[in-house]
Amino acid sequence: MSKRGFAKEAEEEVRAMNDTQTDLQGDLLVILRHGPHGSSLLREGLDMALVAAAFGRRVSLLFMGTGCTALVSGQGQGPLGQKGTQATLNMLEMYDIETLLVESEAMHALGLKACDLSLPVIEVSPAQIQAAMTTHRLVATF
Amino acid sequence: MASSEIARYLSVAGQRVALDPEGYLVDLDQWSPEVAQALADEENLRLEPAHWEVIEVLRDFYQRFEQAPAMRPLVKAVGMSLGKDKASSIYLMKLFPGSPAKIGARLAGLPKPANCL
Repeated sequence: MSKRGFAKEAEEEVRAMNDTQTDLQGDLLVILRHGPHGSSLLREGLDMALVAAAFGRRVSLLFMGTGCTALVSGQGQGPLGQKGTQATLNMLEMYDIETLLVESEAMHALGLKACDLSLPVIEVSPAQIQAAMTTHRLVATF
Repeated sequence: MASSEIARYLSVAGQRVALDPEGYLVDLDQWSPEVAQALADEENLRLEPAHWEVIEVLRDFYQRFEQAPAMRPLVKAVGMSLGKDKASSIYLMKLFPGSPAKIGARLAGLPKPANCL
């Protein structure tokens, strides 16, 4: 590869990195580490995100570990008739919460692909997760 | 959140409609346009077509997302179904003076919006 070609490629790489960096900025990062069943932590985390968004904060969500299963399509309500979280997840765009990050390693471990999920997501590497934690003023883990 | 505590009853066309302490329906299935008008009477509001189309948007929102919207998402939902010129908090404030998200939800037979200012 010519020197020039290499420089150009490096430049593009930096630009791509900057693009994801701006994507990952915001006021609040809510980390969701629990699936929809077994505890109310997912719901509580989503509630916090919605409250912050209702107050005009820029909110990003990061699904880690089993939290990624919250996004799997085709989930219904439980037999007790309690509300599911799928409707709340679909509502996020109405609150302008559009940055949905998922932990790439967890997706792999759970055998999930982006096309199994009900919403468009950005898969992030451990380094990008680290970056997201520094580019948000507040981080809350559920 | 929908409350199950009955504070008082509203009488609409011979039907007893239970209201919670904040004036929201206890049984959301009891909603009808007549109930909406009876609730509006308490706010001294006469429901015009401009009110009804927003009530429709609110009921659709609840159908889809199972929650009553706060102000910002309500403005967005109104913009998406009724057009950009109606997507402003000033327009909604004129229709439902005070707190459009709360009063709108009450008249539309939804629970009180949880994340409302």
